[in-house]
Amino acid sequence: MTTMSKAARPRTLGRNRFARPLQYLALLAYMCFLGFPLLFLLTTAFKTPRELQSPDAGLLPQQLNFDNFTSAIDKANLYTAAGNSLLVAVTTTVIVTAVALPAAYALVRFRTRMRAFATGWILLSQVFPFILIIIPLFLLLKNIGLVNTLLGLVLVYAVWSLPFSLWMLQGYVAAIPVELEEASAVDGAGRLKTLLKIVLPLLAPGLVATSLFTFINSWNEFFFALVLIQDPDMQTLPLALARFVGAEGQVQLGQLAAAALLACIPSLVFFLLIQKRLTAGLLSGAVKG
Amino acid sequence: MTAIAPSIPKRRRNTEGRDAWLLVLPALLPVMLFSVYPLVYGVALGFTDAEAGLNVETHFNGLDNYVELAGNGLFWDSFTIGLVWAFSVTVLQFLASLGLALLLNLDLRLRWLARTLALIPWAMPPVIIAIMWQLMLNPSYGPVNRTLAALGLPSGVNWLGESSIALPVVILVGVWAGMPQTTVTLLAGLQSVPAELGEAAAIDGASTWRRFWHVTLPALRPIIVAITTLDLIWNFNSFALVFVLTAGGPGGTTMLPSLFAYNEAFRYGNFGYAAAMGNVMVVLIGAFLFLYLRGQMRRRLQ
Repeated sequence: MTTMSKAARPRTLGRNRFARPLQYLALLAYMCFLGFPLLFLLTTAFKTPRELQSPDAGLLPQQLNFDNFTSAIDKANLYTAAGNSLLVAVTTTVIVTAVALPAAYALVRFRTRMRAFATGWILLSQVFPFILIIIPLFLLLKNIGLVNTLLGLVLVYAVWSLPFSLWMLQGYVAAIPVELEEASAVDGAGRLKTLLKIVLPLLAPGLVATSLFTFINSWNEFFFALVLIQDPDMQTLPLALARFVGAEGQVQLGQLAAAALLACIPSLVFFLLIQKRLTAGLLSGAVKG
Repeated sequence: MTAIAPSIPKRRRNTEGRDAWLLVLPALLPVMLFSVYPLVYGVALGFTDAEAGLNVETHFNGLDNYVELAGNGLFWDSFTIGLVWAFSVTVLQFLASLGLALLLNLDLRLRWLARTLALIPWAMPPVIIAIMWQLMLNPSYGPVNRTLAALGLPSGVNWLGESSIALPVVILVGVWAGMPQTTVTLLAGLQSVPAELGEAAAIDGASTWRRFWHVTLPALRPIIVAITTLDLIWNFNSFALVFVLTAGGPGGTTMLPSLFAYNEAFRYGNFGYAAAMGNVMVVLIGAFLFLYLRGQMRRRLQ
C-alpha cells in the first residue's frame, strides 16, 4: 500500500508554495475532529468523580487512577454481559467460518448459478430495514422457545453474518490460482488432500480476517440483542452498557467511560492488527466476487 | 474410471454439481430458514393486523395498514426526519471522507496517525460511540461547552436536549461514526487510479484543480457510486447510534423511521402495522436507489 501511494503521488501538487502548509493544516483539523472524542473518553476514564465535577479541571487527569476500571469490572452485570458477549461472538464465528468456507470454495470453483443468487441476496439483505426481519424472527424464535436465550442470538447472528463472510471469503478463494490445485491433482493427490494441503494454507490469512470480522460484528451488535434478550442475566455487553447509560451512568461518568473503553478493546486490537489487510480483503471481495 | 472416454466429461460435471450442492447446502439451509423466510414473512405481515400477545388471531386486512399510515402524520414526520438524516449524513460523510482520502494519499508526515485515527470509529460499537458523544456534549461537564465557555462564547446549550438543534448535532455524530468505511474505500480507489493519467494531464499544463475534476474524479466514479449507495442504505436503516444518543427525542425531532417502527412493534405491540411501515420504507428507498443507479448507468454509457 505504501509503495503504491508513493507511486501515485502527484508530484506537481507541491508547486504552489502555500499548498503544503494548507495540507498539513487540513490534516491537523481532521485529526482533532477524529481524535479528540477518543482522547476525551480515555482521560475521562481515569478521572475521579471530584475532578469530573470541578469546573476548572483540565483535559488530562491529575493522576492515573484505575478506580473507575475496577468498579466497572466489579459491577456484576457488566461482568456477566462481557461473558455472554464473548460466548455468543466465539460460537457465531466458529459456526459461520465452518459453514462459509466450503460454500465459498464451491461458489468460486464450480461456477454455479448459486453465486449470482448469493451476491444478489447479500445486496438485497442490506436494503431491507431490520424491522421487517426482526418481527418474524422474534415470532419464529418464540415458537421454538429460543427468545431470551444466547443460542437464539447465535443463530440470528450466524445467519446474518454469513452473506458477508461468504462474499469476503470467495474473494480470497478466487485469488488462489486454480493451476496449483490441478498440479496437485496431477501429482496424484486426492481432492481432500489438495484442499487440506494446498488450498487451506493459502487461504489462512483471508480466513483469519473474515472470522475476526464476524467476531467483531457479533461483539458489537445491538439491535437484534435489544429485541431478543430481555432477561438481564442473558444480556450482551452493548445492551448492558446502553442500560447503564440510562440508569446510573448519568452520575458515574468516569465508570461509564471506563466500561465503554474496556468494551472496545477486542475490536480495537483487531483493527490495528489488520488495518492493511482490511482494505485489500474488502476490495478483492468486491472486484473478484 | 472404467467408463468409455466420451462419457467422462458428462459424468464428471454431474459429480461436480453434486459436490457443489453438498458444500453449499449447510450455508443455504439456515439462510433460507432464518433470513429468506423471515423476510418474506415480514413483508406479508405488513398486510395483516398481527399484534403481540398470546391467543391473538391474525387476519389479512389488505391495504388497511397503508390507508391508516397515509393519515399518520407522526409517521411521515419521522420519515422526513429519516430522509434528512440519511441524505445529510451521506453527503457530509462523502465530502469529509473524500478530503481526508486525498490528504492520506499525499506523502505527508503523520499520515499513519491520521489513518489510524480514521479507522478507530469503525472498531467501536455504535452504542459506545453514542455514549462517548453524550459525554462530549454533556451540558455541564462536557468539553464542548467548556471550550465554548473558555472562549467566552455562549456555553449553556443542551446539545441533545433542544429540539431545534438536536437533529443537526446527531447528524454530526453520524458523520463521525461513518467516516472510516467511506474514507478507506475512497483511499483504495484513489490508489488504483493510474498515476500516468495525472502526470500526462500535468504535462499538458492542467492545473491541480482541473486534474482533480477531469481525471481523478471520473476515474473514481464507480467507487463513489457504490459507497454512497451503501452509505445511504446503511444510514437510512441505522438504529443503535440514535437510539442510545437521544432515543428519538427531544419531542420526536430525531425519531428516525427505524426507531418509530421499533416503538410501534415492541412498545405498542402492533406487529402488522410496524411491518407495513417497513414495507413503505423499502419501497421508497428502493425506488430512489433505482433512479439514482439508473441515472449513473446512463451517464456512464454516454
